[in-house]
Amino acid sequence: MTTTSAPAKPRFSLVSILATPTVGPFIALVLASILFASQSDRFLSASNFSLIVQQVMVVGTLAIGQTLVILTAGIDLSNGMIMAFSQILMAKVFMDNAVPAPLAILLGFIAAMAFGAANGLLVTRLKLPPFIVTLGMFNIAFALTRIYTTTTIRMTDSPWHVFFGRTFTVGGDGGTKFTYGSVLMVLLFFIAWFVLRETAIGRRVYAIGDNPEATRLAGINTQRLLVGVYMVAGLFYGIAGLLLISRTGVADPQAGQNANLESITAVVLGGTSLFGGRGNILGTLLGALIVGIFRNGLTLMGVDSIYQWLITGVLVILAVAVDQVTQRRAK
Amino acid sequence: MSKPTPVLEARGLIKRYGHVTALDGADFEVMPGEIMAIIGDNGAGKSTLIKALSGALIPDEGEILVNGNPVVFHSPIDARHYGIETVYQDLAVAPALNIVENMFLGREIRRPGVLGSVFRMLDKKRMLTEATEYMSDLQFRIQSMQQAVETLSGGQRQGVAVARAAAFAEHVVIMDEPTAALGVKESGMVLDLIRKIRDRGLPIILISHNMPHVFELADRIHIQRLGRRIAVIHPKDYRMSEAVAIMTGARDVHEEDKQAI
Repeated sequence: MTTTSAPAKPRFSLVSILATPTVGPFIALVLASILFASQSDRFLSASNFSLIVQQVMVVGTLAIGQTLVILTAGIDLSNGMIMAFSQILMAKVFMDNAVPAPLAILLGFIAAMAFGAANGLLVTRLKLPPFIVTLGMFNIAFALTRIYTTTTIRMTDSPWHVFFGRTFTVGGDGGTKFTYGSVLMVLLFFIAWFVLRETAIGRRVYAIGDNPEATRLAGINTQRLLVGVYMVAGLFYGIAGLLLISRTGVADPQAGQNANLESITAVVLGGTSLFGGRGNILGTLLGALIVGIFRNGLTLMGVDSIYQWLITGVLVILAVAVDQVTQRRAK
Repeated sequence: MSKPTPVLEARGLIKRYGHVTALDGADFEVMPGEIMAIIGDNGAGKSTLIKALSGALIPDEGEILVNGNPVVFHSPIDARHYGIETVYQDLAVAPALNIVENMFLGREIRRPGVLGSVFRMLDKKRMLTEATEYMSDLQFRIQSMQQAVETLSGGQRQGVAVARAAAFAEHVVIMDEPTAALGVKESGMVLDLIRKIRDRGLPIILISHNMPHVFELADRIHIQRLGRRIAVIHPKDYRMSEAVAIMTGARDVHEEDKQAI
C-alpha cells in the first residue's frame, strides 16, 4: 500500500542536471549570449534577434521533421534534398505550366511527402537501415532536382511564394520587424510539441524509438506509424522549401546540400538522443537557435566564418558525448 | 456433475516446420481461476503451444476455444481481442516511458469532449488514477507512477509488464518465463504478484523452467512431451523429481498421471 503518485525525489548532482535534455543547451545558449553581448552592442538588439530567427527558420523547420525521425531511432540524410526538389517543383509548375500558385505550393508539399513515404516504406518493408535509405534518397532527390532544372528561378513576382518572407512590425513605428515565416516556424514547433506530448500518436513515436518490439507487442501497427512519421517529416521539409523561397526570393536547385547535417546538429544540440525514444522538440528549437546565435555572434565579432564551422563541430561532438554518457548511466 | 467449461482450450493442435513436427496433436486447457503451469523438455513443443495460444503462430490443424467457442487467431492482436494477454520473458516495456505510459501503451485514454475528439488529447490524469489504483490493489510497491521504467529494477519492470497484462486481460494471462531474467529476490516479488492476480480470479498459464517456482505456484501442471500433452498432475501429489522424470521420459506415464486432466 505504498503506492503513491508523488514525483521521484530529484537528485541534484551536476551530471544529472547537465544530462537533463535541453538544460545543457540552454546553459550553452546563455553563456554564449553573455559573451557575444559583451563583445558587440548590436548583439542584444531586437532587430538582431529577429535576424537570427529569420536565419534559422529554414533549418529549424527541417529540424522538426528530423527530430520526429530521430525519435523513432532513425535518421534522415535526405531532408535538404527533398526540400530542394519540393521548392523547385512548386516554383517551376507555377512558372512553366501556369499552375495556380496555391496549387503549385501544394504539389511541392505532396512531392515532399511522397519522398518521405518512399523513405518510410523502404525502412519498414525492406528493413533497410534509415541511414542507407535516406543516403540513397539524398542522391536521388538531388539528381531529380538537377535533371528537372539547373537554373535558379526568380519568384518575387508570386506573392504566394514569398508571403512568408514579408514582415510585420512589433512595437509601433521604428519597432522590430519580424517575418511571417519566423512566426510560422515557431508555431510549427509548438504544434509538434503538443502532438508529441499530449496525444497517443506522439507517445507512440517515443515508444517505437525506445523499444520497437514492445511497441509492436502492445498492439500498435509500428510499420504504419513509421511510414507516417517519415511522411509528416516530408511535409515539414516541403514547408521548409516554401520558407526558403520566401526568404531568398528564388528557387535554387543548388539549395539544401548541407541542410541534413545542419538539421541533425540542431536536433543533437537540443538534447534529443540519436538512439531514439528520448528528447524534446523544443530542445531542437533551442539547438537551431544556438547554431544561429553562434554564427551571428561570431560574425558580429568579426571572426572568420571558418571558425563558425569549427565551433559548430565542437558543440555537436560535445552534445553527443553528453548523450552517450547519460545513456550509459541509464543502463 | 458436469465439468465446467475451460476458459481457454486447445484440441489436437498440429504444427509442422518442414520435417519437424513441433505439435503432434496437442491438447490443452485452463480452468477459471487457476494457475496452469506448462513444463516440458527442450523441443517438447512448449513454446510452439504457447505461440499458438497467444496468436503468435497459426497451427496447421486443431482448434482453439475460448469459453467453449471456437476461435481463430491470426495475430497476437486477435488473441488480445478475446481477452488473452501475454507477458514475454524479455521485459517488453519501453524504458524511457513512465509506468503509466507503459501500462496504457496502445490503449491510451483520450479526454472527453472536443479536447479528446478533435485535439486527440490524452487524459493523463485518468490514466494515472486508474494505474495507481490498480497497482495499489496489487500492493505493487513503487515510488512514483510517473517515473521512467528504466529507473526500476528488473523485477519491478517485469512487475509492470505483468500488471499491465493482468489489468487488460479479460480471460487469461499467459506468462512466458516471467522470472527467467531475474534474481532470487526479484523473482519472489513477481511470483507474489502472479499469486495476487490469480486470487483476483484471473486464470494464468505459466511457462517456466524453474521447477521450484512451478511447484510453488501452480494449481495444476501440464506436462508436454514430443509435441503432446502426456500428463496433467496436481503438484501436491507429486515430487519434483517425478514430474521431471515424466517430462524427460525416464518414467512411464501411468493412468493416474492423467487424472488431473
